[in-house]
Amino acid sequence: MTTLNPALGSSSPAQTRPSAHAWHRATEEPAWLRRTLIGIALTFLTIFLVLPLTVVLYSAFEQGLRVWYEAIVEPDAAAAIRLTLLVVLVVVPVNLVFGVVAAWAIAKFEFRGKSLLITLIDLPFAISPVVVGLIFVILLGSQGWLGPWLASNEMRIIFAVPGIMLVIAFGTLPFVARELIPLMQQQGKEEEESSLTLGANGWQTFWRVTLPNIKWGLIYGVILCNARAMGEFGAVAVVSGRIRGETNTMPLHIEVLYNEYMFTAAFAVSSLLAALALVTIAVKSFVEWREERARTAQQN
Amino acid sequence: MAIALRQPSVIPGFGITLGFTIFYLGLLIVIPIAGLLLYTLQMSWDDFWRAVSDRQVVASYKLSFGASLIAALINLVFGAIVAWVLVRYRFTGKRIVDALVDLPFAMPTAVAGIALVTLYASTGWVGQYLNVYGIRIAYTQIGVIVALTYIGLPFVVRTVQPVLEDLDKEAEEASAIMGANRFTTIRRVILPALLPALLTGFALAFARALGEYGSVIFISGNLPFRTEITPLLIVAKAEQFDYAGAAAIAAFLLLLLINGLQWWASRRYR
Amino acid sequence: MSIEIENVNKRFGDFVAVDNVKLSLPNGELTALLGPSGSGKTTLLRIIAGLEQPDSGRIRFHGEDTTDVHVSHRGVGFVFQHYALFKHMSVFDNVAYGLTVKPRRFRPDKAEIKRRVMRLLELVQLDWTAHRLPSQLSGGQRQRIALARALAVEPRVLLLDEPFGALDAKVRTELRRWLRRLHDEIHVTSVFVTHDQEEALEVSDRVVVMNHGNVEQEGSPEDVYDHPANPFVYKFLGNVNLFRARVRDGQARIGDIALPVAEHHPQDGEGYAYVRPHEIEIVTDPSEAGLSATVELVSIVGPTVRLELRVENGEDLVHAEVPKGRWRELGLAQGAPLRVRPLASRVFLHGETLPSAGA
Repeated sequence: MTTLNPALGSSSPAQTRPSAHAWHRATEEPAWLRRTLIGIALTFLTIFLVLPLTVVLYSAFEQGLRVWYEAIVEPDAAAAIRLTLLVVLVVVPVNLVFGVVAAWAIAKFEFRGKSLLITLIDLPFAISPVVVGLIFVILLGSQGWLGPWLASNEMRIIFAVPGIMLVIAFGTLPFVARELIPLMQQQGKEEEESSLTLGANGWQTFWRVTLPNIKWGLIYGVILCNARAMGEFGAVAVVSGRIRGETNTMPLHIEVLYNEYMFTAAFAVSSLLAALALVTIAVKSFVEWREERARTAQQN
Repeated sequence: MAIALRQPSVIPGFGITLGFTIFYLGLLIVIPIAGLLLYTLQMSWDDFWRAVSDRQVVASYKLSFGASLIAALINLVFGAIVAWVLVRYRFTGKRIVDALVDLPFAMPTAVAGIALVTLYASTGWVGQYLNVYGIRIAYTQIGVIVALTYIGLPFVVRTVQPVLEDLDKEAEEASAIMGANRFTTIRRVILPALLPALLTGFALAFARALGEYGSVIFISGNLPFRTEITPLLIVAKAEQFDYAGAAAIAAFLLLLLINGLQWWASRRYR
Repeated sequence: MSIEIENVNKRFGDFVAVDNVKLSLPNGELTALLGPSGSGKTTLLRIIAGLEQPDSGRIRFHGEDTTDVHVSHRGVGFVFQHYALFKHMSVFDNVAYGLTVKPRRFRPDKAEIKRRVMRLLELVQLDWTAHRLPSQLSGGQRQRIALARALAVEPRVLLLDEPFGALDAKVRTELRRWLRRLHDEIHVTSVFVTHDQEEALEVSDRVVVMNHGNVEQEGSPEDVYDHPANPFVYKFLGNVNLFRARVRDGQARIGDIALPVAEHHPQDGEGYAYVRPHEIEIVTDPSEAGLSATVELVSIVGPTVRLELRVENGEDLVHAEVPKGRWRELGLAQGAPLRVRPLASRVFLHGETLPSAGA
């Protein structure tokens, strides 16, 4: 009987659960299994996420604040920090404008070739950073296609700051756009249409209706773009030429320090980037928390 | 009429926004990538084949593919468990744990690289205990797998999580009412629903691992034929101005990855 | 401000949303565009607003051609189905928006804006919500704010897309009566879209019934309900029973009952008689004329009793509605025999092509 109809079988007295078992929902696992799974997940995340982060911060401050501070203000380190900030100051605003513009075209209009455009925007994610670097070396390097022409016009891109900016712009191009496209698609067009029926023009609609609605997604996109721009390594390693104090960004400087066995200094510079990473994920959590709250507010 | 480029809309700015988007993408992405592919096409077939089939290069493919595959599999299993735990269970610190999952996205790869090698070197926090049992991680192929697992970690978790959140609990309850035990319900009802997301996450983790450079080169030690990954060889050739060789390998890697990307892009947006 | 719609067409790919529609909506009236989903009513409304462009045809406001006037300058008030309130702005800022985006030369000063916004909020009886966010309001309140916002720019015409669609039943009835009274106060030419016939009949001065992009009928609510132009309108405006009927010499015969044929029916022939449930009389005396039937199902819904009756030799069940008092007098139980008699009907002959709307 039980094999024919398990539902009936389980309700027969012989199979009633012993009362020692705590009642639990049909869609829940028993407590021991729950605890085991939580244990496995936390162990895995501790090994792969918490320990590396801890070792960076610990090693950076192991010999005290003074050593940490001196490692950061040391001329080459300071130059690397300045260069990184300069690059970010150029690249992030450009990609911010691109992201907003691309998201507007893609989310607010229906047109042919849209999915191809989205694929192209995603492309930098799929390409290995070292390949990105190589592409620009081949195109613009001294032995590359445009190299001789650039040289005759006394323009230096590869092994110089413009090259670093180019590869970082390439690598971080998708971040703002990808954050905004799904957000703007989900918000639809009604509020914009509503603004237009009330007599507003396109700019007024964008600044006063669209922008406030995408504000937090935009902020997260920018922060993420910024973190990735500051941390870009593989592509920059190919195009920078690693000229100390001139074309070393922070990650390249970390590599140099590490290879010269100056571990504490390497970790000191690393700790700045690690802190930036922590800020980035904190902003992300905050943005998601806000979205969740807005969603529940909408439902009520 | 049928070939209208777009549906008319009262919302302004279509021409200028689309124009700028195409211009910027074309200049920064399309032309450079096309340039690389053209550059490889200029090479003679013999040169190309010699570059991509060099013994040292082939050894690096084996390592890159093998280690990426193993790392993606590790992430498939543990990522699924992490996603499950984060969606279904309540425990203290869950919000922080959830946020931390994104750390490998936000942490510069070079920083991750020196952190991992410091942990797993034979004198490191973790390495010294493993060393007792004769297990060495830094400067071995296991080290490569560890680094690739680290950078691929968020993908499976983040693709499975939303699907799991949207999963209809009533289907599970129906399954339970019809007499299925929890294991059967997970196997027959939950897992099939999660399968596409699991596969997507796996593919993304794999693709990311294949091209990874910064986090691997410190822990791998870069011994020829043993712990050299393919991206490292590209950098090495580029540094020796062997652009042809580097481009050949890069084009090879690129073609493999673009297919994966199309698959991914087609599922991400509607 | 009257609205003239002249031969407007709109297709989306192969789908014909609006098919050569001609309409003239008189000044100051409240018109309902009524139809099932996909009938083109929302598209027509969006074309009037300027949110969609017609493939051909003209839109005129009081004779002035506005077809090519951009939505920002057309001077319409539009209330969206889901309100489309600006989530990040307070109620006050939402209502003030249309005034604050005016070019500086035409923009009223701050005090004037404040005065006008507060007056509108009083009009919709929500002045106490001025500093709240839309998310802190109920659905019905959001709807009224959306209306106040649309009115703030003193539109020439007011357009509402399914204005009560997202509300629950009770709020809906309250709000539509309120809208009717509001319209009587402000008298701006208004058009609203609905798929709910009761709503259309109760609120509007004028009903336009649409189907498949065409106007099926146009007229006062009473006219449209009492004299449907064709079977579609008949069915769409409430439940209806169909009886086989034969028309001869100005009389329709349903079984042994003869009914005078209303209106124009020049030719004779066979067809269906359309009879509303409340137009069916039930008698117990077997000697009276009528179709013999039995009671299949009785459901008492408040003051009325809805009956499903099985007519002898009939394929379909007949639905009838009688007041509860009448039902008690009849004293019938389930399965009891009775006779049904249509009191009034409209007969449509097979293959009859009807004179279209407003003829």
